[in-house]
Amino acid sequence: MKKKVLTVDDSRTIRNMLLVTLNNAGFETIQAEDGVEGLEVLEDCNPDVIVTDINMPRLDGFGFIEGVRRNEKYRAIPILVLTTESDAEKKNRARQAGATGWIVKPFDPTKLIDAIERVTA
Amino acid sequence: MDMNEIKEIFFQECEEQLAELESGLLRLNDGDRDPETVNAVFRAVHSIKGGAGAFGLDDLVSFAHVFETTLDCVRSGRLEPNQDVLKVMLKSADVLADLTNCARDGGSVDEARSKQLIRELEALAHGEMPSHAEAPAAKPVAAPKAAAPAAPAAPVANDQGFVPVAFSFDDFGDDMPVESVLPAYEVIFKPKADLYRKGNEATLLLRDLSRLGEMSIYCNMDALPSLEELQPENAYFTWRAVIKTDKGEDAVRAVFEFAEWDCDLEIKALEEDNGEQSDDESPMTPVPFDLSALFDEPEPPVGLVEEEERIAASEAEAAAAASNVVQLPGTKAADSAKSAPAAPAAAAAAAASAAAAAPAAQTIRVDLDRVDRLINLVGELVINQAMLSQSVIENDTNGTSSINMGLEELQQLTREIQDSVMAIRAQPVKPVFQRMARTVREIADITGKSVRLVTEGENTEVDKTVIDKLAEPLTHMIRNAVDHGLEMPEKRVALGKNPEGTVRLTAKHRSGRIIIELADDGQGINRERVRQKAIDNDLIAADANLSDEEIDNLIFHAGFSTAEKVSDLSGRGVGMDVVKRSIQALGGRISIQSKPGHGSVFTLSLPLTLAVLDGMVVTVANQTLVVPLTAIVETLQPEANSIHSFGANQRLISIRNSFCPLVDVGKILNFRYQAANPVEGVALLVESEGGGQRALMVDAIQGQRQVVIKSLEANYTHVPGIAAATILGDGRVALILDVDAVVAASRGQPLRHENALAAFG
Repeated sequence: MKKKVLTVDDSRTIRNMLLVTLNNAGFETIQAEDGVEGLEVLEDCNPDVIVTDINMPRLDGFGFIEGVRRNEKYRAIPILVLTTESDAEKKNRARQAGATGWIVKPFDPTKLIDAIERVTA
Repeated sequence: MDMNEIKEIFFQECEEQLAELESGLLRLNDGDRDPETVNAVFRAVHSIKGGAGAFGLDDLVSFAHVFETTLDCVRSGRLEPNQDVLKVMLKSADVLADLTNCARDGGSVDEARSKQLIRELEALAHGEMPSHAEAPAAKPVAAPKAAAPAAPAAPVANDQGFVPVAFSFDDFGDDMPVESVLPAYEVIFKPKADLYRKGNEATLLLRDLSRLGEMSIYCNMDALPSLEELQPENAYFTWRAVIKTDKGEDAVRAVFEFAEWDCDLEIKALEEDNGEQSDDESPMTPVPFDLSALFDEPEPPVGLVEEEERIAASEAEAAAAASNVVQLPGTKAADSAKSAPAAPAAAAAAAASAAAAAPAAQTIRVDLDRVDRLINLVGELVINQAMLSQSVIENDTNGTSSINMGLEELQQLTREIQDSVMAIRAQPVKPVFQRMARTVREIADITGKSVRLVTEGENTEVDKTVIDKLAEPLTHMIRNAVDHGLEMPEKRVALGKNPEGTVRLTAKHRSGRIIIELADDGQGINRERVRQKAIDNDLIAADANLSDEEIDNLIFHAGFSTAEKVSDLSGRGVGMDVVKRSIQALGGRISIQSKPGHGSVFTLSLPLTLAVLDGMVVTVANQTLVVPLTAIVETLQPEANSIHSFGANQRLISIRNSFCPLVDVGKILNFRYQAANPVEGVALLVESEGGGQRALMVDAIQGQRQVVIKSLEANYTHVPGIAAATILGDGRVALILDVDAVVAASRGQPLRHENALAAFG
């Protein structure tokens, strides 16, 4: 069965890149545009892994991750954060919020798939 | 979708983000201190940077990065967004826009300018915070509940209470024969419960490690408590792995990148050691650990009998590890998600995709070509409907049949469809207005004037083609308003005015057209100087008696410029005459009202669309032509005594005591060799290039009509003197006259092929 990935990002460009990359790599992809939508979609889509941005309107990545972890069903789902290299502080905060790992921008398809493979069985 | 399409989307998104950025900065400039405004501004730059990085647009990334850093200072409250700061930021937004355009269309940017701004941005960022390292860790960002204050990055492990265990393998097995030339590393890995809470998984990490090379693995289960005391979600095992790899220690360490805070980890190179030997002093129980069995799926668990009790009791890591050989990925710590039955999951998936799509349904993006095709089709429909009506009217003598009623309804519907389709193309003028803000900033900078741009009615909608062609004339007008209209601040103060000049840009709909007003509160038109200039340039006679309005309108004459010193901005060879021409090319009109000492108001009136045109249908030499209504000043019936001949075959018509050249349209277009008798025709008084008036002679006027414009170039080829074509109700093609080209031809310039009205292309 295809692995299912939920991506949460407010940038249309990045959403499209994630979609193309993940579909090409044989994943099923579900997309949300911000943390609020991500939490709404989560319950029904039952993903195997989540990829989320940090800077988003309405509910940012930190809040989103905390929301996911509060959900009994998803408290141990792998969550990868899209972040920038220089952001050690942000990485740390994401981790504290419960992120599993991160994908360092600029967006690179190989790195993305690698990271997903790393955190999923 | 391929990368090029995504890139296209990226640039579209950039435009939106840049607009968002600018409007956000302007709101901040107006004193808005809503954190969400700052966040939105930050996000805009951040998004551009993120996308640009993915496409390797390095210039864009590096500028966006500096910009973002400074914005982050504002966001975190370390930098007060005062007027000076915002001035730099608005300029930076402009440069960011330039860099984006450059990345899309090629070309180059003003490097000195962007470097200068990078310095200014960096100065702002550093001026307010001594160094990045001292930045407070917990930033007041809009994240709810930051769990704990973030610790500085480097010493995190220590904060987590990790005490490196002094653990040496250096001296064991020194005398053992070397089995492999590959360097070996020993990894001591003790997961903490937190590791699982963050969705990491010890077995996955070990699997990744095993991929680096040949690995043997040992597990110490000494910490595993008795069943009663066992906490299912705690972590009890310590793993020791010896891996032979040529990938280096960094690669080994990288495996634990995501987990290093949530485990005790020690990695060291083993020299001269095959690592297979178990250490007497370290309490490692050597356990055969078959990772491939763990991950090559359908391999059934081969549970060890003596361990079974424990498996049953412990769910989490305990289970995965205690059974060692066993346990499929499904037993992942606390991975209850996967235990959900498969069937409902599949059903949920469908619902999920629907749910994911639903919230985005407010707008859709449609290829412009598709909309244009629809508009074209609707144009055909309108024509067809008109043809049908006409033939019914011709054949239906009593005129009361139900066919007639049906036709009327059809006509009504057709018109509504046409309006609705036109509305699809309609866009708010906002983007153009926002670009004007930049123009104002630039010219204010250069002239040293202080200017505030006020925009109103930015959401007024007009056809996209009109918007695209509006930017250039508006830019010139704004430049003129600031450069010529507004006084220098000192002078304004002396006059009792606010030192900051105001330029007001307004858009509104009025009777099926869009009205754009540009008002400044400057000095108004200096009529004395305009008049003098016009006399110097031989535009008017020295003793001409002109009304104020006529003097004001002189600025629309070709080559007219009153600025004593040609400034950097207004002096690009572009005068108000060019502005007027481009507005007319859009089927629009421009007028001016000026009040000395109080400023000037320029008013543009434009059609809402370029797909239809209000035209006057006329007959010339048995041909039906359409003359754009905007070009026509008035129509008149020439009388014999008002026609004057001179030269070989030039004629003039006298209108209210002034003479106007008479142009026979049929002759210019080669419909006939001999000019028709003016008395038998109708004269259309038109205004053309340079404001000169001509009387165009046609044979008869059929009436006014809104016609759908059809490009001649696209369907046939360019015809000199003809701007475009349309199809009339009777199905016949009628040509739309290019008034300027005809007038130019009447001056003796032959009709040239490139003389088409660009607007109709």
